[in-house]
Amino acid sequence: MHINEILFWFLTALALFSAMMVVFSKNPVHSVLWLIMVFISITGHYIIMNAQFLAIVNMIVYAGAIMVLFLFVIMFMNLNAESEPQKSKWMKFAAVLSGGSLMLILIAALKDNVGFISSVHGEGSIGLIKNLGKVLFTEYVVPFEISSILFLSAMVGAVVLGKKEPSNTVS
Amino acid sequence: MDLLAIDVSLGLEKLLLIGGIITFSLIVAMYTTYAERKVAAWMQDRRGPNRAGPFGLLQPAADGLKLFFKEEIIPLTSNKTLFVLGPALAMVTAMLTSAVIPWGSSIELFGRNVSLQIADVNIGILYVFGVVSMGVYGIMIGGWSSNNKFSLIAAVRGASQIISYELAMGLSLIALLMMTGSLSLKTIVAQQMEGGWNIIYQPLGFLIFLICVFAECNRTPFDLPEAENELNFGYHQEYSSMKLGLYLFAEYVNMFISSAVVSTLFFGGYDIPFVNEATLVLSLGVNTVAMLGFVALFAKILFFLFLFIWVRWTIPRFRYDQLMDLGWKKLIPLALANMLITAVVILWLNK
Repeated sequence: MHINEILFWFLTALALFSAMMVVFSKNPVHSVLWLIMVFISITGHYIIMNAQFLAIVNMIVYAGAIMVLFLFVIMFMNLNAESEPQKSKWMKFAAVLSGGSLMLILIAALKDNVGFISSVHGEGSIGLIKNLGKVLFTEYVVPFEISSILFLSAMVGAVVLGKKEPSNTVS
Repeated sequence: MDLLAIDVSLGLEKLLLIGGIITFSLIVAMYTTYAERKVAAWMQDRRGPNRAGPFGLLQPAADGLKLFFKEEIIPLTSNKTLFVLGPALAMVTAMLTSAVIPWGSSIELFGRNVSLQIADVNIGILYVFGVVSMGVYGIMIGGWSSNNKFSLIAAVRGASQIISYELAMGLSLIALLMMTGSLSLKTIVAQQMEGGWNIIYQPLGFLIFLICVFAECNRTPFDLPEAENELNFGYHQEYSSMKLGLYLFAEYVNMFISSAVVSTLFFGGYDIPFVNEATLVLSLGVNTVAMLGFVALFAKILFFLFLFIWVRWTIPRFRYDQLMDLGWKKLIPLALANMLITAVVILWLNK
């Protein structure tokens, strides 16, 4: 067995287990921490595929920045296992049904696509920063710029929403 | 010998290197606590620790022993796993960064060419950022699981401070990376050996980076998470014994590693100043030059450690809104301007 294969199966098991724990944990803070584990194991997968840049960006942006903000919100709202509202039985049933059908569709869509498992062995250098940068700034420069404008507008929107209204209580 | 298609001797070599570097950074961090007290004493006209051993040199060992033997208290209401995980995470993330720092050029041992860098990955400096962003969790988890309002506020303060200053830090580095054209720290050092240190070309970038490093390490003047007059003790209020020790110790390891990063990025890393290494190798041999390079790097690191301590005992703490103002409204625009100017100059020179 090649070392990459062992690592692949280990990371896969870790990612799946952590993903399960995200769902099953009663405490929202634990859920977020397990979600961080999922992201870290996915980062491991990227590294196995020699996509170093993607791996580290996944680490910085998802596991680092976004999850910290999640933690902020949860810690401030003081959500605990006790204060979590119990969903109704129908709600749970509908959630299981929709989640199950999503999984079915994913499996159906991906089952013929065996190629992506064989790309485990870390050859290929498209994920290295040099090649990625070249492709991003020549071939895909227009979508890249458009998405950056999208981010900018989202940022401006967030600032506008977060800005306090000038108080007109004193007249 | 190959096992699972891994080169075993290479693995052994890396394992030894990792062990060596971790031991070394722990010892340096230990004596930084001693240096901090001695320098503070010197600045305030005191003697400082002078009882344990000659010149008080055994003081760090005595402190460590004291922390180990103290009673370990885990608050009843806290979440036990996370309470233990907090300090462990803080320590581990503090150590992880050392993997990409080139501690010297390569040496020759038993006919093998051993590089004094654990991993020369081509994302080098981004890896440092990734680990730094993980470092937030040590503080946040510890502060939250203490189940104490002061700890929680301190943890949230610490995390938001680290996130805010990461932005300015990244932006100030982009200017540097535009010049070097590589993210690998080894390549950056090699370029500085030929073309002069980056501090000459990027003084503003260096200043912004240094300020951000102080904020990332939670050092004065940015040690808001530990502001004892507002928050009692900070995010490690409920911690005792060696768990507290790990938190305090992680700060010193962080200082050491960030000093190493700053010297590598802006001060030539293991480059010996005013000496041409290539000609020196001919007369002294590879190993001696590598050792001299390591000594040069260590001297630079010691200077920055001294700077950390010096600033701590000179400058008072910022207020929290001032800290955020400085980060978001001053450093980020400044870093952006620096980036633009660098880009224009590079374009102009390459025309």
